[in-house]
Amino acid sequence: MTRQDAGPRTGPGLPTGHARATGARRRAAYPYAFYLPAGIVYVVIFLVPTVMAFYFSLTRWTLFDSEFVGLQNFRDFFAEQNLSIGFANTFVYAVLTSGLKVVLGLLLGVLLTSKLRLRGFLRSVVFFPVLVSTVAVGITFSVLLRPDTGLVNKTLALVGIDGPDWLGDATTALLSVALVDVWKGVGLATVIYIAGILSIPQEYHQAVAVDGGSAWHRFRHVTLPLSWPATYSVIILSFIGGLRSFDLIWTMTRGGPGFTSDTIASIIYKQYQAGFYGLSTAGNVILFVVVTAIAVPLTWFLGKRQVAA
Amino acid sequence: MRTLRRFGAEGAALVVATVVFLIPFALMLLTAVKDEEQAIDLDFAWPTSWPVVENLMAVIEARDYVLLRAYVNSTVLTVASVALIVVFAAMAAFVLQRRPGKVAKVADLLVLSGLIIPPAVVPTIWLLQTLGLFKTMPGLILAEVAFNLSFAMLLFKAFIAAIPRELDEAAQIDGCGGVKLFFRVVFPLLRPVTITVILTSSVAVFNDFVNPLYLLPGDDNATVQVTLYNFQSQYSTQWNLLFMDIVLITIPPLLLFVFFNRKIVAGMTAGAIKG
Repeated sequence: MTRQDAGPRTGPGLPTGHARATGARRRAAYPYAFYLPAGIVYVVIFLVPTVMAFYFSLTRWTLFDSEFVGLQNFRDFFAEQNLSIGFANTFVYAVLTSGLKVVLGLLLGVLLTSKLRLRGFLRSVVFFPVLVSTVAVGITFSVLLRPDTGLVNKTLALVGIDGPDWLGDATTALLSVALVDVWKGVGLATVIYIAGILSIPQEYHQAVAVDGGSAWHRFRHVTLPLSWPATYSVIILSFIGGLRSFDLIWTMTRGGPGFTSDTIASIIYKQYQAGFYGLSTAGNVILFVVVTAIAVPLTWFLGKRQVAA
Repeated sequence: MRTLRRFGAEGAALVVATVVFLIPFALMLLTAVKDEEQAIDLDFAWPTSWPVVENLMAVIEARDYVLLRAYVNSTVLTVASVALIVVFAAMAAFVLQRRPGKVAKVADLLVLSGLIIPPAVVPTIWLLQTLGLFKTMPGLILAEVAFNLSFAMLLFKAFIAAIPRELDEAAQIDGCGGVKLFFRVVFPLLRPVTITVILTSSVAVFNDFVNPLYLLPGDDNATVQVTLYNFQSQYSTQWNLLFMDIVLITIPPLLLFVFFNRKIVAGMTAGAIKG
């Protein structure tokens, strides 16, 4: 990326005088040196640590010196129950949040492209949480979800349901954080769907109207298949985001109660705080492998369906 | 009948969306303006007294004006990071879009990696430590630049693709070489997308919690997000002050949203779809 002496472009056949001239002119107009500022920062601050993580994850490490211990850190990660739980939680969280964002985003997208008055107002209301600080959202929802005084349980009590201690109960903690994540992120999914739905040519809707199709028919046979590219973006974006998610979990439960709502990202932080840098970095490598192992085939698979559709 | 049903459905959708999406904000605002005694209830009762100014001053003066310092830190962080992101990403995206080939393929792959791969935290700390930049503002700024470059490059690249090459050639005939061509001719034309990049990356950097938490610990350097996080344990009884802080932190993105709603939405959707 930062290579400057990339040499002349080698095309098929002998370079003619003209081609050489444009080649030289292109080099002058678009110098590879322009990659340098971005490239240096990216390589030094992002790429080098990413690569070094693979080595440090195999060591017992104090930042100043490291002792090679082989795969011990990874063994610890999967053997200790309070670490391996984060692995499962990360998947649950990512599947849950991205699934709900697809379904709710699509529904809101359809609703907010229909002939609704106050459409603009609603779009703003749904989208604004995307821009609000995650820490602020986390604190506010912790209050709303309090077992006795929180609005959620007070509302449930009105209809006779005795709500649980959402964040304090091991069975609901992760689920609650995931739902708040959906509340905050569904606005982005919605505007992506709105863009996708608005780009569907009007002729399709007219065709359904001419055939006398119902609204459901239009949704099932026009909107749903033709907003596939939007679905693809929403899935990739929210799945990767879900796997990496840290802020909200850390503000709302700190992985608790116990370790029951820990994800890989929160374990990385906990192990870092505890001074187990090698173990923390092993968590990072696992996260890297999980994200790539999922993102690459997903991009490939969904990309292929997109071409087919 | 049908219109009646449509009004009903419309009304229901409106009410549900408003309740679900606005109630948390109502709680923030109401609690922020209550007195300490009433704020403890954390309910939606109308404030009995309105100590707005007192709460505001108490939050600002808390712990020796830590919030003001946090605002200064966050502003420095956001402005510096975003300025570097804009210039670096625009330059790289320009060459990337205009000069296809092997180098461009590698660059494309790196951009994609930057969007997907989670940063390796402790190795980043180790590296910044080695460079003498750990726990410093410049170190955090560089990290924010590195982590946010990819998204900005996507937006720039897509926009540059729509600028005709003939323009570059005309400028070249007039004797503009690489640097002059880019900064005098092309960069000014990127204004619309530059504004979009400024908005989306400002929100991302200002709201970032993870990187300041790891890379810039300590009260002196804290950004507003970290300060808010620390306030959470400190103000466990003074909910009015905690929520006043939340309100203060929500104001900058709210202002951006009010003025640039369309640009932000357009930028985020375009980046998502192209990514």
